[in-house]
Amino acid sequence: MINFLANPERFTRVTAPFRPWLAGLGAALLAWGLYLCFASPEDYQQGDTVRIMYLHVPFAYLSMALYAGVGAASFFGLIFRHALADAAAKAMAPVGAVFTVIALLTGSLWGKPMWGTWWQWDGRMTSVLVLLLFYIGYIAIHAAIEDEQRAARSAGILALVGLVNLPIIKFSVEWWNTLHQGSSVFRADGPTIAPDMLWPLFVMIAATHVISAWLILVRIDSEILARKYRALRAKLSYN
Amino acid sequence: MLDFDMGKYGFYVWTCYGATLLSLAGLIGLTLRAHAQRKAALKALQDATESQT
Repeated sequence: MINFLANPERFTRVTAPFRPWLAGLGAALLAWGLYLCFASPEDYQQGDTVRIMYLHVPFAYLSMALYAGVGAASFFGLIFRHALADAAAKAMAPVGAVFTVIALLTGSLWGKPMWGTWWQWDGRMTSVLVLLLFYIGYIAIHAAIEDEQRAARSAGILALVGLVNLPIIKFSVEWWNTLHQGSSVFRADGPTIAPDMLWPLFVMIAATHVISAWLILVRIDSEILARKYRALRAKLSYN
Repeated sequence: MLDFDMGKYGFYVWTCYGATLLSLAGLIGLTLRAHAQRKAALKALQDATESQT
């Protein structure tokens, strides 16, 4: 499948028909999720701040998942010279960076009323901030180096180094003392959240996944268009 | 039944939802704009190339 989609023309031809459907599905799921966010009951301890969870958890989860995607695509680009791997990594990075900012912001706005502080330099929060710095570094390398292949190689190496941070984020709440709670959704023994609150959360997780998939497909297509433009210009100036 | 009264937590909850939806809308807007611009630039270059040949 990965080799099948390595051809840019084929990638555009195969994915273009799905893009409007993904956009529509994402919008519908987001609307349904937002409705459920305000139709669900308040928490007996946290009150209405529990509604922040419906945003914080999906974006925090995706900030890590997208970085894993950037790392995997960079690996394929560096090792197998996959034609579209770098375009995919480049497309995912800004989306992941914005999602990380949202996760940090919503976390801070949840932390203040519940913990009494906007920020704490503990394992979870610091490692997510480091994740944002890796995203920024990746984007900055692509912006700073003009030669596309050199930029892809340097940014790819940085992306692979940054993968080390993902297990640190995941297990930080177990390894160190932290204000942040442990995992309560994706657990081996099942979620510990009441079903009334689990449904809005799952719908928001689905909505953010579909929207990010749509955004990434559009951004990869943008990169393909930019490459075609550069190739045509180079051909014209050569002739 | 929808509940929009966030009580004493209104500032935190509404800032969260406002900032998130604004960021998401900005990301979508910039992505679509860049896509449309690149598509138009390529089309213009292809048209110019065809008219030359």
